[in-house]
Amino acid sequence: MSDTLSKIEKRTAYTLLLPAVFLVFSIILFPIFANIWISFKEVSLKDIRIPEPRAKKIVKSISDNNSELKIVYKLRNSSLIQKISDVEFKDKLPSNVIPVDLDSRCEFKSKIIKCQFGEWKAKYRENFEVLIKDENNNEIDKEVIKSQKPSLSGKADNILLTTNFTLKNFKKVFYENDFLDLLLTTFYFTFFGTIGAIFFGILAAQLVNQNFYGRSFMRSILLFPYVGPVVALAYTWTLLLDPNSGTFNALMVNFNIFDEPINLLGQKYMVMNIFGFELKLRLALTTVIFFEIWRYFPLAFLFILARLQAVPKDLYEAAEVDGAGPLKKFIHITLPQITAIISILFMIRFIWNFNKFEDIFLLTGGASGTRTLPINVYQQGFAISDIGMGSAVSIVIVLLLIIFMFIYFKLIGKKANEI
Amino acid sequence: MKFKSLTIYLLTSSIFLLCLLSILKIMSTLQGIDFTNLNIGQNFILGICLSLGLLVVGNKLNHFIKIFSFTSIFTIFYLYINESAPIWYYISVFIVILFFSHKVKNYNLNYLKEDFVSEKIIFDFITLFGIIFFAFVILFPFYIMLVTSFKTQIALLVNPLDFSLDFKKDLSDLFKSYFVIFDTYNFGRYILISSLVSIGTVIITLMFAIPAAYAVARLNFFGKTFLSSSILIIYMFPAIVLVIPLYTVFSQLGLRNSVVGLLIVYTATTLPVAIYMLQGYFKSIPKEIEDAGIMDGHSWFGIILKIIIPLSLPAIASVALYVFMIAWNEFLFSLMFLDNPKSFTLSRAIQYLTGDAETPRQYLMAGSVIVTLPVLVIFIYFEKYLVSGLTAGSVKG
Repeated sequence: MSDTLSKIEKRTAYTLLLPAVFLVFSIILFPIFANIWISFKEVSLKDIRIPEPRAKKIVKSISDNNSELKIVYKLRNSSLIQKISDVEFKDKLPSNVIPVDLDSRCEFKSKIIKCQFGEWKAKYRENFEVLIKDENNNEIDKEVIKSQKPSLSGKADNILLTTNFTLKNFKKVFYENDFLDLLLTTFYFTFFGTIGAIFFGILAAQLVNQNFYGRSFMRSILLFPYVGPVVALAYTWTLLLDPNSGTFNALMVNFNIFDEPINLLGQKYMVMNIFGFELKLRLALTTVIFFEIWRYFPLAFLFILARLQAVPKDLYEAAEVDGAGPLKKFIHITLPQITAIISILFMIRFIWNFNKFEDIFLLTGGASGTRTLPINVYQQGFAISDIGMGSAVSIVIVLLLIIFMFIYFKLIGKKANEI
Repeated sequence: MKFKSLTIYLLTSSIFLLCLLSILKIMSTLQGIDFTNLNIGQNFILGICLSLGLLVVGNKLNHFIKIFSFTSIFTIFYLYINESAPIWYYISVFIVILFFSHKVKNYNLNYLKEDFVSEKIIFDFITLFGIIFFAFVILFPFYIMLVTSFKTQIALLVNPLDFSLDFKKDLSDLFKSYFVIFDTYNFGRYILISSLVSIGTVIITLMFAIPAAYAVARLNFFGKTFLSSSILIIYMFPAIVLVIPLYTVFSQLGLRNSVVGLLIVYTATTLPVAIYMLQGYFKSIPKEIEDAGIMDGHSWFGIILKIIIPLSLPAIASVALYVFMIAWNEFLFSLMFLDNPKSFTLSRAIQYLTGDAETPRQYLMAGSVIVTLPVLVIFIYFEKYLVSGLTAGSVKG
């Protein structure tokens, strides 16, 4: 009895899970594997379209009373690189209209012209002409002929499904792509973005954890950058920081803090002279990191605040009796209470910042030294149209991610479960 | 000891006052007042004098009298040192100093003798400063966004610092950018598509996630532990690595430039976290209630529909809001999949506008306000639900 029950239970479970699992599989897991496949192929954006035979129909008059007409089909292979085989052509004529001197590749049967064109090479073009006439020498309506669209079919290889593989993409990724700089930029961005977000998160949480007037209002405001749409926020920042007419630069120049406007998002380096040492700061990248911190510290704030509110109040009271000041209380009570959540946040934010695309794309488009790995996927795949290369970069990202996750679960996976 | 705490008190308090006054000055500059100097040195010295005076007087005077007299004297000095400005500016200065004097009214010479007083002072002022700093830094871009949408490109190019609004103008003149983006740029359609996609995503996600979450939370089946632990790992995989394969497949299937394509992708990307959030809540529902349902002869479907869903409405609401927000704000897939203006979402439409360097910035900002406003309104109104959603869906970023 219980055996059948558990069987029913299993079956129900699978039925309930199936739709969700299927969808996630096809949209998330399948693409990750498809990436591996594509990364070993030479594919560009224009190859994605499966080659199609195409025809444009033009109707010309050749006699005065229009009882005879010439149809010109401009035939072509839509692909510039791939052939199409077994091309078949069909077009229908109105009743009483018949073709004259039909091409040998074609036959006319029950009002349909049917042609076998065989194989079309890449870029293939032909002007295929058919003469038609009315059997009773009546006028043929040109519009009727025109409105009838020919249908074409053919077999073409889907370049994505062929089995030619190459290692070229990966060679290009590592040797021709300035890979070291790409990696360094990504880590610089990820690391400082994460650290900054957590630092300001701790600060904000510590603030809001105290009692003051307007505290809940403050808590809502602090989350604004995180819940706002990235497009709107990024463009607002771009306008704000614009060197020519942006408010930030105008203010700085107005109050004599800057001598002249600084292109914060368009300048790769800023040379700073500190005690005689020349320091080269990655300016645009730093600005993007600040945006990143501004947008994501709320998340760190939310988590740390939740943790802080769970710290028992008597711990602080006991510390005060023992003669601890605010600093000691923070170091010896607050910090140990939030280290676990901070380490989790660090890993989560690190992984997400590592994958960050939109923010950088919208602010700089990856120019002026802000080219990170995700930006490079887009540049390779869509700006240069090299899909294979873009996939290869994606694979690099996935491999690095797997390493991060492995470290994450090794180091703090257990801690995460305790919370 | 006393000297040290005195110095720290004077320094921190006057730096705090300086920051308040500087922010006030910056905001007033943006209202078109022609200030060119922050007067940091003078204001700092004035701040030290004010703090010292308030400290020395301490409790000897009635707080009310003390605050008001000091504030008035200080405002007059401030007026004397700084450039001339309209009367409302001095009133704001007066209010700021009043606020400051109120905050430090409890400090007196005896207080400086207490234990850890320097640390306490620093913590007090860092808190005060932090609140104002965070509020300013966060709200400033939103303020610029809103105000720019009411200005004109020419006015902003002539004086990028003048954000003052002329309310005497016609209302239709003030809201001109909004009319233009609806009339010329077709934003009505984009709002419709964005809403359709977001609400559609919420509905489909819930339809898929509720049964799946129930199975994970309640039923026993082979592979359960594997499934529940892999849900979040799947969620950690970034959209950017999915983009190329999905783009190729969607191109070949003709799903690009369609709402259906977006719905599929959005649903799939939000499903893992929706399942994760819901199953956590389902587990907290007492099993006895379901057992009663089974006794009543309900099927699994009936149990989910009649028992689980009504009992977990708060969790479902937070999942729904969270998913709505993700779908509404989503940008990467709409950038990749949509290139026909007929099927743009709001985010994509704004990005498309920036592609044309000629587009005046007030239109861009009006569009930004339109896409931001619904999310912020929903967030403020349903904050309780959304915050729990954000916390559970932590990994999204």
